[in-house]
Amino acid sequence: MSKSSPLPRRVALFVTCLVDLFRPSIGFAAVKLLEDAGCKVDVPAGQVCCGQPAYNSGDRATARAIACQVLDAFEDYDAIVVPSGSCGGMLSHHYPGLFDDAPALKARADRLASQTFELTSFLVDVLGLSRVTARYPGAVTYHDSCSGLRELGVKDQPRQLLQTVDGLTLREMKTPEVCCGFGGTFCVKYPKISNAMVGEKTADIAATGVDTLLAGDLGCLMNIAGKLQRGGVRVRVRHVAEVLADMGDDAAIGEPEDRR
Amino acid sequence: MQSTAHDFKENIGAALADPNLQDSLAKLKTGFSERRRQAAERLPEFEALRDRARDIKNHALANLDFYLEEFERKVTSLGGHVHWAPTADDARRIIAELCRSVGARTIAKSKSMIAEEIGLNEHLESLGIAPIETDLGEYIIQLRHEPPSHIIAPAVHLTKDQVADTFLEHHGKLGFTRRLTERNDLVAEARQVLRQKFLDADVGLTGANFLVAETGSSMLVTNEGNADLSNTLPPMHIVLASIEKVIPTLEDAAVLLRVLARSATGQESSAYTTLNTGPRRPGDLDGPDQYHVVLLDNGRSSVLGTELQDMLRCIRCGACMNHCPVYGAIGGHAYGWVYPGPIGAVLTPHLIGVAEAGDLPNASTFCGRCESVCPVRIPLPRLMRHWREREFEQHLTPKAVRQGLALWAFLARRPRLYRAVTGLANRTLALFGRIDGRYRSLPLAGGWTRYRDFPAPQPGGTFHARWRRRR
Repeated sequence: MSKSSPLPRRVALFVTCLVDLFRPSIGFAAVKLLEDAGCKVDVPAGQVCCGQPAYNSGDRATARAIACQVLDAFEDYDAIVVPSGSCGGMLSHHYPGLFDDAPALKARADRLASQTFELTSFLVDVLGLSRVTARYPGAVTYHDSCSGLRELGVKDQPRQLLQTVDGLTLREMKTPEVCCGFGGTFCVKYPKISNAMVGEKTADIAATGVDTLLAGDLGCLMNIAGKLQRGGVRVRVRHVAEVLADMGDDAAIGEPEDRR
Repeated sequence: MQSTAHDFKENIGAALADPNLQDSLAKLKTGFSERRRQAAERLPEFEALRDRARDIKNHALANLDFYLEEFERKVTSLGGHVHWAPTADDARRIIAELCRSVGARTIAKSKSMIAEEIGLNEHLESLGIAPIETDLGEYIIQLRHEPPSHIIAPAVHLTKDQVADTFLEHHGKLGFTRRLTERNDLVAEARQVLRQKFLDADVGLTGANFLVAETGSSMLVTNEGNADLSNTLPPMHIVLASIEKVIPTLEDAAVLLRVLARSATGQESSAYTTLNTGPRRPGDLDGPDQYHVVLLDNGRSSVLGTELQDMLRCIRCGACMNHCPVYGAIGGHAYGWVYPGPIGAVLTPHLIGVAEAGDLPNASTFCGRCESVCPVRIPLPRLMRHWREREFEQHLTPKAVRQGLALWAFLARRPRLYRAVTGLANRTLALFGRIDGRYRSLPLAGGWTRYRDFPAPQPGGTFHARWRRRR
C-alpha cells in the first residue's frame, strides 16, 4: 500500500478456528488494538476456518470450497486482518494458487490475498503504529512462528511494539526461528517427532529464565504451553496480541481462571 | 538399496531412542546452520547469486536435450565416451561391462549418491568386483555396511568413538592395533589404509557435481582430494551422473560453485575443485587412458514440464537437511532410502513410488526453513504438498485421517452447524477443564496428550458467540 493512499479503516477480522474455539480473548485483543488504531472492525459471520487442514492433507477440492466461502464472506473490506501468520499466509500466499484454472475466482483470490495481513504486521507496516499503551511486568521471550516469519516477513513488528510495553523486557531465546513442532495435523500424525521438536523448543525457552513466552499463532502456543506444563516448567504462555492490548491479566494458556 | 521408507514410523522410534545418533544430530543442527549463516552474511551478493543459480538450472532444464547432446559431442571429440542409461539397471550393466572390459578386480570410488541410488556396490560385489569407497565418511559406513545418512556427510550419524571402534575392528588385520581417540589420528590411519587401494585400483569411479556442456568436463568438489586420486591413478575413469547435472558453461559453474560450498558447509569454496575433461592426452603426465561418462535418467526426464521439475534444480548441498527440524530429530536413516531430508521427501516418492514412501512428504510441519536456505530456491514444501495431493487422490491417505478430514469438512462447509458443534465443544471442554485449565489426557487426542497437556478453552463461549452477544 503506497503512502499516499488513505489508510484502510474498514477492517474485517479473520478470527481463526483455534482462537474462536479455545481462546476468544485473542480475538478481542485484536479488535481492541485495531479499534485503538482508528479502524472500524467487522467480524464477517460466514467464516469458519482457512482450510489448511484440507489443503495440507492433499484434499485440494475441500480447501478450494472453503476458500470460496472465505472469498464470499470477506469481500468489501479495506483489509482482512488475522491474528495468526499461518492462517494469514494461507489467505495471502496459497489461495490464489487454488484457482489457477478459474480466472474469475483467481482474480477475487488475488485481491483478497493483497488485502490480507497478519495482525502485528498490519499495525506496524500498514497503519504505521509505533507504540502501544500497555503494561506487562516481567521478562518475555518471543517465538517466531514459521509461516508468519518465512511467508509474511513477521519478525521485527511484534518486537518493536513489545519494546513499548511498560515493564516488559524482551530476552531472546537461542533459536527463536526454529519450528516448535506443531504443524497442524503433523503433531498428531507424527507425535514422536513433534514431541522431540517441542522438547527442544521448551528447553530453549526454559534456558532464558523468562516468566512468559509470546508468539503470534495459537497453534504453536498451545503446543508449547502443553509441553511446558507437562514438564512442570513455570513459564506462562500468551498470544502477543493479548499483551499488546493490555489484556495480559487473563489466565495464561492452559491455566485455570481463578489461579492468576 | 532396499527401501525401508514404508517403515518410517518404526524407524522414527529407533532413531529417537539411539543416544549416539542423538549426540551426533545435536552437533549437526547447530554447526552446519551457523556456518552457512556466517558464509551467507560475508557475501553481500549471496541472495542475488541464489537467484542466478536458480535461473541457470532452470535454463539448463528447459533445454536439457540440447545441452546433453552438446556435452556428448564435446566428450566424444576429446576421445571420451558417453553412455546413456535410461534406467538404474542399464547403468549397472554399462558400468559392469566397462569394468569387465579391463578385467577390473577393484575400483576406487569417490562419493556418488547416484551409485547409491542404483545400488552399484552390491551389484559389483555380486560380480566379484570390489568397490572401495575413498571418501572418509563413505569408507567408514562401507566398513560398517550402512547406507549414508546425509548426502554430503554420509557418516554424520556416527560419533568419534563409534568410528574408533570400527577402525580397530577392520584395520587390526592390517597391523593397526591401537584404538585411536583423536580425530586427526583416525584420519591419518584411514589415509594410510586407502593410499595402497588407490594404487591397486583398476578403475576409478566418481560422481559429478556438474557436467559442463561447452567443455565436456565433469566437475567434482571434495574436501579430501580423494576424487582426484580416484580419477587420475587408475587406467579407466568412469563418471556416473544423472542427466540434470548438465549446465551450459564454465561461467555458470562458477556461479553454482559459489552458492554450493557456502550452502553446504559454510566454506567459500571446497578444498578441491576438479575438472575432468577427457582421457589423458599425448604428453600429459598422468590421467586415465579411458574416460567414460554414464548418464542416468532413472525417471528424471518424465518430470520435465511438470510441477516436479523444480526438484531437478537440486545441486545436492544438503542445506535443506541441515536446517530441517525433522531431519534434526531423526537423522537420515529413518527416511529409509538413499535421499533423506526435505529433498528426499520429494525425490524418493518419485523414484520408488509414493505408495512406498508416502510418509516422507507428510512428515513435515511445512516450516519452510528448507526452502529459505535452498541455494537454487526449490519450493520444497510445495513439492511435498504435491505428493500429499497424489496420495489423497489415490486413496493412500490413512483411513483415520480421511474420515476425520471428511467430518471436519462437512462441518466447515456449514457455518451454522459448525457454530453449534464448536459451541458445544467449547462449553464441554471448558467445563471439565476449569479446575486445572488443561487436560492430561483426552479421548481421541492421545497423539497430543501422550507428550503434552491439552489447554482447556477459556470459559464463556466461542469468540463468535461472544461477539454476537456484544453487538
